[in-house]
Amino acid sequence: MMTLKAFEFKRGDTIIHRLDPRVKFLLSISFLALSFIYSNLVMLLIFLLTIIPLFYFAKSLENYLKSLKGALLFIILVSALNYFVSGLYLALTITLRLILLMSSFSIFFMTTYPEDFALMLVNIGVPYDFALTLTMSIRFVPTLAREAQIIIDAQRSRGLELEKGNFMVKLKNYIPILVPLIVNALRRSMSVAEAMESRAFGASPKRSSLVELSFKREDYIALLIIVFFTTIMLLLKFYFHIEDSLNLYLFFTG
Amino acid sequence: MIEVHDLWFYYDSNPVLKGVSLEINSGEIVAIMGENGAGKTTLIKHFNGLLKPKRGYVKVFGIDTRYATVAQLSRRVGLVFQNPDHQLFAETVEEEVSFALKNFGFPKEVISERVERVLKLLDLYDLKDRSPFTLSGGERRRVTIASVLCYDPDIIIFDEPTVGQDYMQKEKLAQLIKLLHTRSKTVIVVTHDVEFVAENFPRVILLSSGRIIADGSTRKILTDEDLMKKANLVLPQVTQIAYLLHEFGIPKDLLLVHEIRDSILKIFAGEKL
Repeated sequence: MMTLKAFEFKRGDTIIHRLDPRVKFLLSISFLALSFIYSNLVMLLIFLLTIIPLFYFAKSLENYLKSLKGALLFIILVSALNYFVSGLYLALTITLRLILLMSSFSIFFMTTYPEDFALMLVNIGVPYDFALTLTMSIRFVPTLAREAQIIIDAQRSRGLELEKGNFMVKLKNYIPILVPLIVNALRRSMSVAEAMESRAFGASPKRSSLVELSFKREDYIALLIIVFFTTIMLLLKFYFHIEDSLNLYLFFTG
Repeated sequence: MIEVHDLWFYYDSNPVLKGVSLEINSGEIVAIMGENGAGKTTLIKHFNGLLKPKRGYVKVFGIDTRYATVAQLSRRVGLVFQNPDHQLFAETVEEEVSFALKNFGFPKEVISERVERVLKLLDLYDLKDRSPFTLSGGERRRVTIASVLCYDPDIIIFDEPTVGQDYMQKEKLAQLIKLLHTRSKTVIVVTHDVEFVAENFPRVILLSSGRIIADGSTRKILTDEDLMKKANLVLPQVTQIAYLLHEFGIPKDLLLVHEIRDSILKIFAGEKL
């Protein structure tokens, strides 16, 4: 559950929170792309060191570290698996890439108000119904997590022992938890739909929005920095072949 | 029976229980009351080990809950949760009720015999082949009670059992609690329902922001305006009337309808109180 904290919005009033969601989305996409284009350990480390200060500026460093700690088991599993399959260097690279992947979207979701996220999706051409479905599912993740905990408590009070038995028994143990969870989720979605319809959802085909996204001075500056950074990194990779030189360097020193 | 000593509990770093100490003896009937977020549910979750103390200890039948599993404790401490929808999952009522018995490893013959008995007790026998999901709210609640009573725990805890229940259901619940009492069970109920407590419980534990602010006789606590205000509760309606009629010589510590009726009649008869 801690891992999910990485993608949970935390209200705040920092420069990162105020940035236009479209700019932040570009930032996430750029980091995502760069971490896949590069496979050099040093470069990936540089990207990570670039992204971590952003969490600091968003005053979310603590939550970020907590979410990493929550994902630790998963991260260790991935690196161990890769270590045995393809050796230390590749394992480190893939682990770092995984952390980068998490971080680049974490900074977006941690600092972007879900409504703004929906607005952004509509702005880039996603139909409103889909955008709303997406933001609503994000909204209900913590609700579902809380409910799952209550159900687990209730069933354990009736003598259910989740850890007992072999693999198949353990899977079966989850039935008394999953059934109420799913039934309640379905019931809730039904009543949410009714509540929305009673407030005239879908009454007019073209919705207007109370808040319109607009670029401010900071957004232009941020956009410029992101484009500049990404272009340089792309040039370094494809024009100057920096990875080859780094590998060569490693080859001679290591 | 239940012994709580200087219990502290916090979620993250938020203290929810701040040094709670109490004792509940075998065969007692106790109501735990207090405002939302006072820590009532957190407290009862310590009684069957779902939560473990961060400081202090909880002993149930002399067993320190820190060193026992939820399954071990639940065998003797039955907890009926507030919302039936958080636990009903089986295909039939019968199967739902036998769930705990199976978990506790009862033999087959005993299971069917116990299930039949408890279903009859709670007026559910005719519904035994129905799906719990198709039942009414009151029936669903009764199924959850049955699914705990079936394995005959010594202590039965109800979390907010009167929420959303009509008068008849509450009356049946009160009867059930009396029945459990005659079988020398310990019954603990978490509730906001002052009338329900006034009529059925001799002892009240009042919680306010993680501390016990009163523990004792229901009459004393539920008719104490200051205490009740502190716990964000209203006085029982009878007590409110008694307060309003105090100037005519009616005592303030009345809880039940027949008590206030008797006092008023005495005044009519010209008796000096």
